[in-house]
Amino acid sequence: MTELSLIRNFSIIAHIDHGKSTLADRLIQACGGLTDREMSEQVLDNMDIERERGITIKAQTVRLNYTARDGKTYALNLMDTPGHVDFAYEVSRSLAACEGALLVVDAAQGVEAQTLANVYQSIEHDHEIVPVINKIDLPAAEPEKVKAEIEDIIGIDASDAVLTSAKSGIGIEEVLEAVVARIPPPKGDRDAPLRGMLVDSWYDPYLGVVILVRVIDGVIRKGLNIRFMQGGTEHLVDRVGAFTPKRVDLPEIGPGEIGFITAQIKEVEQARVGDTITTVKNGAAQALPGYKEVQPVVFCGLFPVDAADFEKLRESIAKLRLNDASFSYEMESSAALGFGFRCGFLGLLHLEIIQERLSREYDLDLITTAPSVVYRIQLAASRTEDARELYLHNPADYPDVNRILSIEEPWIKATIYTPDEYLGSILKLCQDRRGIQTGLTYVGGRAQVSYELPLNEVVFDFYDRLKSISRGYASFDYEQIGLREGDLVKMNILVNNEPVDALSLIVHRSVAEERGRGMCERLKDLIPRHLFKIPIQAAIGGKVIARETIAALRKDVTAKCYGGDITRKKKLLEKQKKGKARMREYGNVSIPQEAFIAALRMGEP
Amino acid sequence: MAQALYIHWPFCLSKCPYCDFNSHVRDRVDQAAWAEALLTDLRHEHAVGGQGPLRSVFFGGGTPSLMPPSTVAALLSEAERLWGFAERVEITLEANPSSVETRAFAELEAAGINRLSAGIQALDEAALRLLGRAHGLAEARAALDAACARFERVSFDLIYGRPGQTLDDWAAELSAAFAYGTEHLSLYQLTIEPGTRFATDARRGVLVMPDPDLQADFFALTRQLAADAGLRPYEISNHARAGCESRHNLTYWRYEDYHGVGPGAHGRRGGVATARHRKPENYLAAIRNSGHGIQEERRLIIDECVTEALLMGLRLTEGVDLGRLRRRFGAAVDGALDHRRMAHLQTLGLLRHTCDRLWLTEQGMPLLDAVLGEIVRCEPQRTVTA
Ligand SMILES: Nc1nc2c(ncn2[C@@H]2O[C@H](COP(=O)(O)OP(=O)(O)OP(=O)(O)O)[C@@H](O)[C@H]2O)c(=O)[nH]1
Ligand code: SF4
Ligand SMILES: [Mg+2]
Repeated sequence: MTELSLIRNFSIIAHIDHGKSTLADRLIQACGGLTDREMSEQVLDNMDIERERGITIKAQTVRLNYTARDGKTYALNLMDTPGHVDFAYEVSRSLAACEGALLVVDAAQGVEAQTLANVYQSIEHDHEIVPVINKIDLPAAEPEKVKAEIEDIIGIDASDAVLTSAKSGIGIEEVLEAVVARIPPPKGDRDAPLRGMLVDSWYDPYLGVVILVRVIDGVIRKGLNIRFMQGGTEHLVDRVGAFTPKRVDLPEIGPGEIGFITAQIKEVEQARVGDTITTVKNGAAQALPGYKEVQPVVFCGLFPVDAADFEKLRESIAKLRLNDASFSYEMESSAALGFGFRCGFLGLLHLEIIQERLSREYDLDLITTAPSVVYRIQLAASRTEDARELYLHNPADYPDVNRILSIEEPWIKATIYTPDEYLGSILKLCQDRRGIQTGLTYVGGRAQVSYELPLNEVVFDFYDRLKSISRGYASFDYEQIGLREGDLVKMNILVNNEPVDALSLIVHRSVAEERGRGMCERLKDLIPRHLFKIPIQAAIGGKVIARETIAALRKDVTAKCYGGDITRKKKLLEKQKKGKARMREYGNVSIPQEAFIAALRMGEP
Repeated sequence: MAQALYIHWPFCLSKCPYCDFNSHVRDRVDQAAWAEALLTDLRHEHAVGGQGPLRSVFFGGGTPSLMPPSTVAALLSEAERLWGFAERVEITLEANPSSVETRAFAELEAAGINRLSAGIQALDEAALRLLGRAHGLAEARAALDAACARFERVSFDLIYGRPGQTLDDWAAELSAAFAYGTEHLSLYQLTIEPGTRFATDARRGVLVMPDPDLQADFFALTRQLAADAGLRPYEISNHARAGCESRHNLTYWRYEDYHGVGPGAHGRRGGVATARHRKPENYLAAIRNSGHGIQEERRLIIDECVTEALLMGLRLTEGVDLGRLRRRFGAAVDGALDHRRMAHLQTLGLLRHTCDRLWLTEQGMPLLDAVLGEIVRCEPQRTVTA
């Protein structure tokens, strides 16, 4: 174990793309965690999808040894966090395990929404915050202006901010010195009963379920019998270690330290994030405060294209869920699409990522239905059936209109914080989404506005629109407030005269026409030109409310054939076929998978 | 067995910005070594797959008109010694219109070339500059006059659908081209190929290509005007007077066998695909080390042969002879075709189908690649190495 005074635990937090992961790279290198040869850009972003998109999705913890100017060697636990708002819960978990944070701010962009959201969380934890102004190598860098912003907007002292260029390795030692000097060492009592905070857990194909733990009091070592205080299960610790970022085994993890354990746990479900780990014998009496549960915001159905893949989908979703406890799923069956799952996500990016991981990592061809909510429908009796109540998860299962007595939809109470200047556009957005304003207060230069909104108006792209009209500054929070009756209708989208069930959606009659027009326009751009012209229509019942046409393709031919090099032509054909495989076919029309979701994004009003 | 021989000369004076052929610019070319290497490769090709007589020989490149005529002569006499030449053998050489090359025409003819294919590319001074060509309009015209005076059969290439070009510009340029009265014309629509300088320019927005609808208009106009001038479009980009088609190129399109020697050359003989080393230096080293330039030689599975036959054959106005293909490849032919989609495309007027023949209509021609993507079932192929 390491002496408390020589430990520093800190998170790196920032708005998306301000350079957290790149800074982590430099810190790892400076401490010799990886050699130059082992290093790659944003080395902690190790999921394929992270590397491809250049963003962090999952927080990562690394233990580094740093010999400071004072001659002492410190154990630093660095936690790199994601910047995108969909993954904010990763940040909050990391923050709870630390005593301080490096607040990275892009020297050219300045303070942005996630800078604020994350730093406020950090302040709530009573953290020591070290501002780091990054990307000072950029010609547009204005470190002095950014310092002033940090002081004015956030209200923390930025006079000692460290100026860095993570990309060119400037200011890295200063960052490390600031960590050692300014972030307080953890407190803890080695002799007290064990209390470890379960920060994260994931499934590793070699190790089984791995738990990331921050020890508050006591010691965890191999051979110890532990108990999850909330979950109630007991396990035998069989491995203790840390990531440097390479995995190393350690004899024990003592107070103030962050490391991992494995304990022959079969399911990640048993190792719930936020739980408190203690010993079976002489355990702690009082659990640590847990984490706030994450709430899925967007729901959609995931169905296998080939019904025979349902079992494979079930297994794959379960496996994926082992590494991402933030999405929920339950089985769903639909007349049109067969068996699948209704899944809940933290946002549209999260949805896209899960969908992409399922299709790539598990080789599944999926249909994603329009993101939606659950409706309650009262049905009148028919000749063959009594009157009954129906919970509609999927627009495709919309019942016979003549039997519908009433439809209710879930409403939420939304609270939005925004700088004054964006208030006007935000009020308009809420109004367009059928919102009812319930409150408006001003705090300094910021406004807090509350609205009651139908959830189905929020799930598509409310978040994205809110962010874009407020240039990222507005933040949004919500709670459910129950069901309310509404004049809701099912809108079908017909492509080449065939209804596409995965595109049908339930909308309020007052906005149906506008939505229909928007969807047709977007589909016109999303569906590639075909060999024939394609009508796209939006219809309610038999009535067409909007229409667009995709003109036929007129030219697609390779002019020249190179001598006898047929191989080349064949590659072209194969590429074309692969592209097609990523599309769904409806009445001779191939619709790209992305289109099913992209069609719903409402652009500028 | 193969009755067509392709010989590749990989060098050019400069690299044209649209070109992604196997062409290389070198300060110095060791002519003696290259003549010897090509002869060695030729002999190897004959030893493994020779059976004559040859009905066509084609010197392509790069710029084969930069070859010393003595090398051309040596290769032809060796080919004739090995395979023999059929009566009225077609021997084509691609030539660029620089004055030096034009001066070599007499010697090339004496060496045995009886068909010249000239890389004119444009009959417009500014367009030649845009295309980065080493020659100007005067040289182009002089080369064409000299070729027509010298060779029995002449064809030349033009590139159209260039940035900024209008349909009227092109019609005027075409009528200037028809005025030469050649029996054959290759009219290629400019396309942006990956890895070329034009690809970079297009990505940066420096080069703006005509929009797809205008490109379609260019294509239709080209075929119409060529046909009106008596040059029937017999392939996507090739036009000829009746009976004056390039016999050598028809070999590829009809999916008959051919030998390919020289850097980067491809061949098909008896279900085996051959490919030579592309880079000149690697090619020479391979000849030194193993006595031939082959980099890959593999047996194609039947499905793959059928796919190739369809890809090539549908480029032709005559389409593919399904009866002949079925005799060669059996049931695989119909297995490779998606009949449901074929029927759909037929109703759209893009495709025609009788029991023995499959061809694209005039309306379908500019959509060939998309049509192939619809009707040819091509699973990513596993291949058996010979
Ligand atoms: N010029 C310059 N670019 C930088 C610097 N630091 C990071 N970048 C670039 O900024 C982009 C984002 O960097 P990341 O390190 O992935 O940012 P991040 O904050 O981890 O992003 P998320 O995890 O997605 O929130 C990358 O293209 C980096 O190369 C810097 O000091 N200077
Ligand atoms: S001369 Fe022909 S082969 Fe050579 S670079 Fe130009 S286009 Fe390509
Ligand atoms: Mg990152």
